Amino acid sequence: MLLRHTPKEITERSALMINPAKTCQPIGAMYAALGIKGCLPHSHGSQGCCAYHRSTLTRHYKEPISAATSSFTEGASVFGGQANLLQAIDNIFTVYEPDVIAVHTTCLSETIGDDLPQIFDKAMKEKKVPAGKTLIGAQTPSYVGSHVTGFSNMVKAMAALAKPSGKKNGKINIIPGWVEPSDMEEIKKIAAMIGVSINMFPDTSGVLNGPLTGEYKMFPDAGASIDDIKDSGNSIGTLALGEWCSADAARLLDTKCKVPCSILDMPFGLKATDRFVDALRTVAGTSVPDEVMMERGKLVDMISDMHQYFYGKKVALVGDPDQVIAMTEFLVSIDMCPIHIVTGTPGKRFEERINEITKDMGQKVNVRAKGDMFLLHQWIKNEPVDLIIGNSYCKYIARDEDLPYVRWGFPILDRQGHQHFPTVGYMGGLRLLEKILGVLLDRKDRDDPESKFELVL
Amino acid sequence: MRKVAIYGKGGIGKSTTTQNTVAGLAEMGRKVMVVGCDPKADSTRLLLGGMSQKSVLDTLREEGEDVELENIRKLGYGGTWAVESGGPEPGVGCAGRGIITSINMLESLGAYEEKEGLDYAFYDVLGDVVCGGFAMPIRDGKAEEIYIVCSGEMMAMYAANNICKGIMKYAQSGSVRLGGLICNSRNVDNEKEMIEELAKKIGTQMIYFVPRDNDVQRAEINRKTVIEWNPQAPQADEYRGLARAIDSNKMFVVPKPLAIEELEQLLLDFGLLAA
Repeated sequence: MLLRHTPKEITERSALMINPAKTCQPIGAMYAALGIKGCLPHSHGSQGCCAYHRSTLTRHYKEPISAATSSFTEGASVFGGQANLLQAIDNIFTVYEPDVIAVHTTCLSETIGDDLPQIFDKAMKEKKVPAGKTLIGAQTPSYVGSHVTGFSNMVKAMAALAKPSGKKNGKINIIPGWVEPSDMEEIKKIAAMIGVSINMFPDTSGVLNGPLTGEYKMFPDAGASIDDIKDSGNSIGTLALGEWCSADAARLLDTKCKVPCSILDMPFGLKATDRFVDALRTVAGTSVPDEVMMERGKLVDMISDMHQYFYGKKVALVGDPDQVIAMTEFLVSIDMCPIHIVTGTPGKRFEERINEITKDMGQKVNVRAKGDMFLLHQWIKNEPVDLIIGNSYCKYIARDEDLPYVRWGFPILDRQGHQHFPTVGYMGGLRLLEKILGVLLDRKDRDDPESKFELVL
Repeated sequence: MRKVAIYGKGGIGKSTTTQNTVAGLAEMGRKVMVVGCDPKADSTRLLLGGMSQKSVLDTLREEGEDVELENIRKLGYGGTWAVESGGPEPGVGCAGRGIITSINMLESLGAYEEKEGLDYAFYDVLGDVVCGGFAMPIRDGKAEEIYIVCSGEMMAMYAANNICKGIMKYAQSGSVRLGGLICNSRNVDNEKEMIEELAKKIGTQMIYFVPRDNDVQRAEINRKTVIEWNPQAPQADEYRGLARAIDSNKMFVVPKPLAIEELEQLLLDFGLLAA
């Protein structure tokens, strides 16, 4: 009972956060930056920030994450970080030779008011940026928003590079949001099946789920290239997946480059994937190809075959807003009952969306944006559930409450597979169901009396 | 819309000068928003007829991040919008960060959008550009013209020169420019000539010489700008003059701050002249 001090009785808290369901902005910014080809993320702050952010990503993706830091000292905090960043830019382009340095700020550099555009300008004037190389920057103080905000800010900084040439390229921008490298691959696969030519950024597939070849490449030959990102200003439209992760970038492309956008939910589960596929089909002006219909059919088949095990099961769900919204819709659509839902990221819209999705479920739903795991645990103590879905931090609650548990979201520090097997799209939906069924039926097999222990389920 | 920031040494009369000038601009039919960037939250007192404005940061602290524009701005004299950033109590927290947060919030709430129909946004900034936070109003895309309030006193001129260093740093990469020095007279000997010379050396102009007049204090006691308190007062005309000078100003420069020796020489020259 590691969490034995969590009381059942819920008291209103205004200042205290216990076991937060979020982490630092720069982690998101760093992950997004790794989806740019030949990019070295750079943390403008003290060394500890960078070390923590790298290690969290390494623990989740099981890949080495390279990132540089401005290594603030007491002096830099007093006099401003300009000198450190200028020196860093010079060193990085000289020693590591990336195509891009993606700088994100930290709490400290934001608080002392370092202005990235001004420092970038100075770096250019002092010729510290070789021809053809790019600097991008995002403001990511962790006392605002969450890791999702940081991701969104960095993606927006990418969109800011877009330059309309006046000639459309016939492509559709897809801004995938914070999904796994495997999910990004799946999104590209779906678009290719429907026959839509896309320009996707960021794209971490091949960067953070690459093979072990025996040769270390600091910059794997994958990711969205700067040329493609610049070209996104010439696309005929943008599909942004996830309001929290991708909408800001899409809206910037709309206002700055007149590339119209639609903002969709992330394609987790049947309905959200349907909407994504429909959007792609509309753009391509074709009907949905058979191979996509085949995948969809498989998902529908499993939902109907196994419906008796899903029906009425209560679920506690925690994660990031875009993912949780889509997952809630999926669970409701297969007649499961997500009754406790938490995200650590702020945003009134979250609670509205969840209430809207669950309004016909016939169960009271607890939902909280800017909530924490402690509250989720208390809710579970008051109204027990049959399943908990969330990141690795849920393992404490799952163990204490003896709950079937599916790991899904960020970070997953103690299991494998998320880098390689997608959970987006119809095939991803199948995998989610497989995982959910697996833990539910394992529990049934464990708990059923001998008289009810069945070979066939 | 013109975005103007007013800087100057603490206690020199930035808030008083700003509000009186804004009253003059309002009288001319200009739509102005004043953003007070001072933790004391007293930059809009005269326009609002008392200190009743709830600051952006207090609102943020009490109501969380879901703040509406209407919660943080108030309509003041002549249809001006008044906003106070606010900030921590003396001796705690980080006032500089407060300014950054507050200006970001105003932007994200759309306070500067075209539909607001603003002719001017004025930032009234506490004291010297002491740290990065206090430079927020002069970052690229924020205030584009700066006026420094000073007087013929050594420390005021020293502060003005320091502020020029801050402006110069940001002007190299952005669009911010110095619009001039406003001399808020302290009845120092040769004051006008000295500030004119300082302005010339920095590469700018003394845009207006505001004479000392106790009517300003009388209006302040009544929580009003001079123009509102007594439109016929001679000092009201001075502020109208300053408002017109700013409204028609065309001289925007990257300042060339002086070395300390030069500054001291200037004082010496004009001081001796008086003796």
